[in-house]
Amino acid sequence: MTLSWRHALAVWRRNATMYRRTWSWNILPNFFEPVLYLVSLGVGLGAYITTMGGTSYIQFLAPGLVCVAAMNGASFEVTYNVYVRMNIEKAYDAMLTTPIQPVDVVAGELLWSMTRSCVYGLCFALVVAVAGLAPLPQALWVLPVIPLTGLLFSAIGLAFTLRIATIELYSFYFTLFLTPLFLFSSVFFPLEERLSASWLWVAECLPLLHPVRLARAAFFGPASPALLWDVFYILGLSTVLVAYAVRLMRRKLTL
Amino acid sequence: MIVEVSGVTKRFGERVAVDKLTLNVPQGVCFGLLGPNGAGKTTTLRMIYGVTLPTTGQVRVFGMEVSRNVRAVRRRLGVTLQQNVLIETLSPRANLNIFGRYHLMDGAGLAQRVEELIDFMELRSHADVPVDKLSGGYQRRLAIALSLMNRPELLILDEPTTGLDPAVRLALWSRVRELRSQGATVLLTTHYMDEAQRLCDTVAIMSNGDIMAQGAPEDLIERHLARQAVEIEATPAQEQGLLHGLGVSPPRCRLGNRVMVYLDDPAALLDRIRRLSGIGARAMAVRPTDLEDVFLFLTGTSLEDNP
Repeated sequence: MTLSWRHALAVWRRNATMYRRTWSWNILPNFFEPVLYLVSLGVGLGAYITTMGGTSYIQFLAPGLVCVAAMNGASFEVTYNVYVRMNIEKAYDAMLTTPIQPVDVVAGELLWSMTRSCVYGLCFALVVAVAGLAPLPQALWVLPVIPLTGLLFSAIGLAFTLRIATIELYSFYFTLFLTPLFLFSSVFFPLEERLSASWLWVAECLPLLHPVRLARAAFFGPASPALLWDVFYILGLSTVLVAYAVRLMRRKLTL
Repeated sequence: MIVEVSGVTKRFGERVAVDKLTLNVPQGVCFGLLGPNGAGKTTTLRMIYGVTLPTTGQVRVFGMEVSRNVRAVRRRLGVTLQQNVLIETLSPRANLNIFGRYHLMDGAGLAQRVEELIDFMELRSHADVPVDKLSGGYQRRLAIALSLMNRPELLILDEPTTGLDPAVRLALWSRVRELRSQGATVLLTTHYMDEAQRLCDTVAIMSNGDIMAQGAPEDLIERHLARQAVEIEATPAQEQGLLHGLGVSPPRCRLGNRVMVYLDDPAALLDRIRRLSGIGARAMAVRPTDLEDVFLFLTGTSLEDNP
């Protein structure tokens, strides 16, 4: 069954309507997380670090944390929120009594979680810009990186959500997947510099590393063609996972 | 025909949920699928609105093969699920607005339809109260209102009144009758005999994934049993003693120590029970035969005894 964008948009609008009611106390904790890291590590720890990657430590942190904000925005949406809508509220069962199809549900949910991801990423990018940590206008190149990050982590999280049987498994997802990504994906230090040549491939496997590399290049350059590999990685992995998610959703909703 | 189910089987692994089922629903009737839980009613409905694919066989709705025209079919039908799916923190009005968008309705057209449905389902007094503050009856009204959003030609109701109090059931029945009189075809499942008898033009009795009998409620009673049911408390031996010498062998069903005997004229039997009081059998009640009796007779099990 082919995708109907208008029906996907109806799914998106349902989420947007619900979010509008609660956004003010929903957005704050998630938004402040990267701000706190920026202040604590950038200002606090940064005082003991002369430079990193050729910039001040707080400037080094800024682009990576934009990606972290986008990752968090997407991840919360496609994990707990989708799980509740699907398995507890049974919202998709109601949608499937209308012309909406499983593929529209996946598209609508991805669009929505990318929307949230952009809200978080953009808010944080604004903080970074206002703090004078973003070299403008070049740093505006980070804007397309935010939805790419959102897409990647929406696809990963949605596939995970469609695979798990109980909500408890999210503690694994957050503690053993997202937290290590957060810590080792060159957000806080250049991972590649700490790995010996024979282990460099490990870095390439980390999904968050690719958006971080793009974001940092957006801030400080250089615009190397090697960055195309990062774009390709993000789009390629997302495509595979979205296709997988559509299959899982179809099986789950239409037995 | 609005719905044509032809030779449909649905297996979930080893379990056969629907077994070579054939079912036709003509336009403008209220059609009831009657049966205990696990008989395959919900699976049948799910195949009709296209969220479950038959393992074998064909389902056509509005003349279209459902599996190949899911969107086109669902545009023209409405479904009330067995469990209400409502957004609990939102009001009925907000729920209706969101649901209307699933049908790609918007703007003034949607706003007008929402108000019509609020009036039709008598939700006006509670239109802006959060759903989690509403009684079960109002929540059910809203669930049905949602399924009417697109002015469905076919309305599918999965156990519309289960768990509701009698007043609410009567109110909902009147709404269903109203819809049918406006030309909609209604397909409902129920395990309430009175609901089937009072609401449906045609009922199909389902058991173990297949239809045992089908027809107008009165016809089913007449065809399989008789107009009156005499309930007697008697052991099988006492039953033999009573019926022997009655001259006829009426249809009957046994539930434990209770036996139901179906007769158009029960006078002779009642007379025998009175005269042969030494046997120890005792007449419990004489009442009109209902669909529950037909079900019991055809399946050998009581609806209520089934889990």
